[in-house]
Amino acid sequence: MRRRINYLMLIASLLLVLLFVFPLWRITLTAPQYPDGISMFIWINKITGDNEYTLQNINILNHYVGMQYIVPESIPELTYFPYIILFMTAAGVAVAFTNNKKLIGTWLVTMLILGILGIYDFYLWEYDYGHNLSDKAPIKVPGMAYQPPLLGTKMLLNFKADSYPHWGGAVLGLSIILSYVALIKSRFSHEKS
Amino acid sequence: MLTLTGLFVFSACKNGMKQNSGILNNQSAAQKVYVAPGEHDEYYAFFSGGFSGQVSVYGLPSGRLLKIIPVFSVDAEKGYGFNEETKPMLNTSFGFVPWDDAHHPELSQTNGIPDGRWLFINGNNTPRIAKLDLSTFETTEIIEIPNSGGNHSSPFTTENSEYVVAGTRFSVPFPQKDVAIGSYKDNFKGALSFIKLDEDGHMDIAFQVLVPGYDYDLAHSGKGKSHGWTFFTTYNSEQSHTLKEINASQNDKDFIAAVNWKKAEEYLAQGKAQDYPTEYLINRYDEHSHTSTSITRNSVKVLIPEECPGLIYYLPTPKSPHGVDVDPTGEYIVGNGKLSADLTVHSFDKMMTAIANEAFEETIDGIPVLKFEEVLAGTVSSGGLGPLHTEFDADGNAYTTFFISSEVVKWKVGSWEVLDRAPCYYSVGHLMIPGGDSKKPWGKYLVALNKITKDRYLPTGPEMNHSAQLYDISGDKMEMLLDFPTVGEPHYGQGIAADVIKNRSKKIYPLNDNTHPHNIKSEAEARVERDGDVVRIYMTSIRSHFAPDNIEGIKVGDKVYVHLTNLEQDWDTPHGLSIMGARNAELLVMPGQTETLYWEPQKPGVYPFYCTDFCSALHQEMQGYIRVSEATSDIKLSWSLGESI
Repeated sequence: MRRRINYLMLIASLLLVLLFVFPLWRITLTAPQYPDGISMFIWINKITGDNEYTLQNINILNHYVGMQYIVPESIPELTYFPYIILFMTAAGVAVAFTNNKKLIGTWLVTMLILGILGIYDFYLWEYDYGHNLSDKAPIKVPGMAYQPPLLGTKMLLNFKADSYPHWGGAVLGLSIILSYVALIKSRFSHEKS
Repeated sequence: MLTLTGLFVFSACKNGMKQNSGILNNQSAAQKVYVAPGEHDEYYAFFSGGFSGQVSVYGLPSGRLLKIIPVFSVDAEKGYGFNEETKPMLNTSFGFVPWDDAHHPELSQTNGIPDGRWLFINGNNTPRIAKLDLSTFETTEIIEIPNSGGNHSSPFTTENSEYVVAGTRFSVPFPQKDVAIGSYKDNFKGALSFIKLDEDGHMDIAFQVLVPGYDYDLAHSGKGKSHGWTFFTTYNSEQSHTLKEINASQNDKDFIAAVNWKKAEEYLAQGKAQDYPTEYLINRYDEHSHTSTSITRNSVKVLIPEECPGLIYYLPTPKSPHGVDVDPTGEYIVGNGKLSADLTVHSFDKMMTAIANEAFEETIDGIPVLKFEEVLAGTVSSGGLGPLHTEFDADGNAYTTFFISSEVVKWKVGSWEVLDRAPCYYSVGHLMIPGGDSKKPWGKYLVALNKITKDRYLPTGPEMNHSAQLYDISGDKMEMLLDFPTVGEPHYGQGIAADVIKNRSKKIYPLNDNTHPHNIKSEAEARVERDGDVVRIYMTSIRSHFAPDNIEGIKVGDKVYVHLTNLEQDWDTPHGLSIMGARNAELLVMPGQTETLYWEPQKPGVYPFYCTDFCSALHQEMQGYIRVSEATSDIKLSWSLGESI
């Protein structure tokens, strides 16, 4: 422990606070009748749209093919993920102050596991919305599912769905990269001594 | 072949500047008016509908019709004047008047420049002025003008829309009374009205000026140095009341009345105005409650010229002047003497000097008549016949329409020299240059609004739409670009750069802001209530169903109000509603809006209702049933959605 505070680690953990400022992911639907597209933003704690009416408008479109309504209040992850992020921020700050490479490594691995779990969870929700269709749907296209891509672009009937990380996703990635650099640096300084 | 074409185009291009006809010119005209699919026009143009009572909105230079805004006439297409919310807009002191003759649209101004907030327009027949909100393109206020007959010289705003004005084209007994028509000279008077806009943009009559019983034809307010004055043309200074086409055309000169409204404000403050008992209505539409209400006023302030020196002067003007137009500097006041070949131009500076020197020919009912030679700036010897209206470009040129010789003549302000002339098809009335009656004309285009169509389009029987022509006025010579039919009979028009308006145009009405007394905000609140024989159906619409869509327990003789709230909050998702057998029009409800259809069921049976605006893939399924029973029936009121009652 050559330095009292690992500043890289401190920055890496504090970056997580930005997840409450920027959305993680953005899914944009475009069709000829929607020249500007309809964008849905997935945050750590909420789902929003271009404006306060976007979810209603997406739900109206979705009900023709029998998709469930997207009701953010019914998605428990949006309630407990914020606590996990706050915990990881606090833990990361503590680790930065200890500057213990084992603890940094543990924090990094935990974040990676959480990240993978989060993406898998996102996929499951997408799968559920895309496949769990009402059998009374007015428009049924045999063999058709409406799961948006996890990452990339896909045509869903007349809509082109683009799904990409937003600023929050980038911040999360940057946090993990920084903590990895913090881990490496921490090892080098140890070996040098 | 390609080379040949290239050569032809090249050589033609070389001559193109001078050519005014031929195939190349047609191609270049086509390019100038071509607005590619999906692209927007450069200007909004607002044309009055004349006897249609409405305003039509066009894009320029394409000449594409964008919208018809109902103003003074009921419009079954939009439910205007049919739904309960807009019926009060057409109230007058005579009751519900479902039609008027809309003449002169006028954009609101700030510092003498059209600002895109409102459009005003006069109703000629039952004197009224309407105000349209250009963020929603809806009529939001209509005020009735008392002591007037034929509100023609209106609305013509002042530089900051402090006022819009009204003048009486038909003098009438003031106040109205039952007298012999032959007593015209004794009993008939004119009224020049100034309608003030308050901070919220609401209109009310500030004062009327009592003037001799002539016909007050058109008006324009001063600008720049002449800000504070409004000019009205008069004819029938002969004060005839029959066979006016002859009898009102005898005097060599009639007048332009110059009213100093800032002086009028002083006299008002001094308490010089008399309160005349009368009755007039103000109808206001509120964009949050989506409802209009009528207010009745029972008196009006009247200023009498004999008691208010300096309030009004007459400028002698030859040959029954029609339009009066003030150039962008505010110095020149153009009188378009409709029975002559020439235009008379007065000078504002000379007018002020003549007033200071008391250079008066005579005084009529307390109104000094200024000496003609003392106010005359110049005469435009046009070579045409029947000048009606003049507009201006940004380069010091004026353009005047000639009804009889069917042409537009371009002339230089100041030198009065004629620069160019272009034929119109046929018999042009007003013309419109975007910003052409303001301090800063955009110029570029000129629209001639013609009165006679005849062979210009495919024939459509005896009745044809009127015709408009678009000219490019950016060069030395006017170039006709386009010919397009218009709605009703456009009199005047207004044009404004699209950018001033388009970004302020609303897409929806926020449901949360809806304060309609009978709105509901969700399907959960949908219900039917009875109070005696009044039944209120609180209904919602959203793609693709109404809630409720099965209703029973309505009886013959009931007074049924269907309050439909459109829950949609997406752009361009209106829903309509119509009920079989209802002696009414449809509703057409915008997102977030509530409108009410009134229905008196006549016979027992089951009545379908449905959405009339193709809203979605399941629009054809957007329908329901209302069961109507005998008046004596004891079927209980009940309703449902998605299940049997």
